[in-house]
Amino acid sequence: MAEAAPLLEVRGLARRFGGLRAVRGLDLDVQAGTIVALIGPNGAGKTTSFAMIAGFVRPDAGSVRFAGRDITGWVPERIAHAGIVRTFQITQPFAGLSVAENIRIGAFLRTRAPAAAMEQARALGSELGLAALLDRPAAALTVAGRKRLELARALAAGPRLLLLDEVMAGLTPTEVNDTVALVRGVRDRGVTILLTEHVMQAVMALADRIHVLAEGALIATGPPRQIAADPRVVEAYLGAGAAARLADG
Amino acid sequence: MTGAAARTRALALALAVLTLLPFASHSQFFVNLAMLTAISAALGQAWNIAGGFGGLTSFGHAAFFGLGAYADAILQTRYGLNPWLGLPAAAAFGGGAGWLIGTATFRAGLRGSYFALVTLAFAQAFGVLANSLDITGGGSGILVALHPGAGRFQFTDRRAGYALAVALLALATLAAWRLSVGRFGAHLLAVRENEDAARALGVPAVRVKSAALALSGALTALGGVLYVQSYLYIDPGIAFSAERSVEMLLVAMIGGAGTVLGPLLGALVVHAIADTTRSLITTPGVAPMLYGVVLLLIIGLLPGGVVRIAAVRGDG
Repeated sequence: MAEAAPLLEVRGLARRFGGLRAVRGLDLDVQAGTIVALIGPNGAGKTTSFAMIAGFVRPDAGSVRFAGRDITGWVPERIAHAGIVRTFQITQPFAGLSVAENIRIGAFLRTRAPAAAMEQARALGSELGLAALLDRPAAALTVAGRKRLELARALAAGPRLLLLDEVMAGLTPTEVNDTVALVRGVRDRGVTILLTEHVMQAVMALADRIHVLAEGALIATGPPRQIAADPRVVEAYLGAGAAARLADG
Repeated sequence: MTGAAARTRALALALAVLTLLPFASHSQFFVNLAMLTAISAALGQAWNIAGGFGGLTSFGHAAFFGLGAYADAILQTRYGLNPWLGLPAAAAFGGGAGWLIGTATFRAGLRGSYFALVTLAFAQAFGVLANSLDITGGGSGILVALHPGAGRFQFTDRRAGYALAVALLALATLAAWRLSVGRFGAHLLAVRENEDAARALGVPAVRVKSAALALSGALTALGGVLYVQSYLYIDPGIAFSAERSVEMLLVAMIGGAGTVLGPLLGALVVHAIADTTRSLITTPGVAPMLYGVVLLLIIGLLPGGVVRIAAVRGDG
């Protein structure tokens, strides 16, 4: 499996904001059918990387290839059509629309007929536990509800690659467990997933591979077990010398 | 929910009956009033398509009205075209202008109040152009020669003019209704509510907004044609005045922006208030002041527009 060409290939992706080099030379592969996590401390450049892959921020350098096509510099809507759909860390509901109508906007990407798109939207919303809320305005949802709505809307768009930007943030431990199961279910349906996350319990449970970003650069890549034991990762989170101090006890 | 739907249906029926009423009247005064109200409603509905459904709050829709009016007037007086052809020509000019203004401003990322200022500037600039060009007759405007007859798109019976205004209103309302049920309308609402989220789901935001402004511009320009064919005269002040732009957005907002029936109610309310205050109070200056106060009260007490009275109660 690992020998097949990756679904997503990111090479040398870089972006600077004024004097800040937010991302400097990110290399990242996502094999079809896997869950890959991009982790790192706050300000490491995760969200900027996501924004560049999804077309919301233009990279200064580097390339993004998806399913064999170079999509670098494409606008977001074109990238969505190609099969990459992102969610937002700060949820972005269509506040004035109902929950079902929100999901239907996603469904409209692949289904033109309004009635059929609505049917899909309601079915998907029910599947994700939003059945009782489908006709409520999206503005009335709780944090957990909004996170689910983000996910439902993105799934309705029928992505091949789903970019999940901190879908667990702000959830209770029970809700995190539910969402982990949900995300696994999505992968089992054949959707490849790239996610960023601060909730390590979720990352460890879900990811096939983890990439660690610190100050805009990749410092480690590997399976969860290996990443958890990597001193560079511990230091990135806890400060220089932390790994040695921990080892000394 | 169903209670609100039934109320909306009843409201639509009442409005339909009300529109038919003037046809039975022989009072030219009353029919003229009805025609002005219908044109107001049609223009408000045209504004509503971009401003209500799309959240593209334009302060310069007179630009499209004036373009349509001048296209019609110039084509028949200078080029001898049959005035009926003014309709498609005006729609093309209004629609084209909407598309161009939209594409230029939305590509540049201008939203909200910046967009409002850009539209205001376009209307002002068109007014200045109309004032100074030869082809528009400068400040003295264009007089269309009187040739009564259906073939020349001129009617002596005001009821014919009213019928045309109602036809335009019906067309604009049909367009608004299509938006409320279709895919394009859903995309437009999504872009209004959250542009980034919409783009992430594959909605081409710039194209959707430009298309809405083009549709709105085309319908508004048709209103300009009806004006010229009714009054046989246009000048820069009438065509591109800020008052006209404001009336369009006022009618939509008072009635309920982003709703199908809102502009119809809005036109009725705005005209009822304006005409009543004007006829009841003769002291100069007091009538417009009272008119302003009543409008403020409506906006303050009913931020969603008059249409909410009919719709919200059912939601419980």
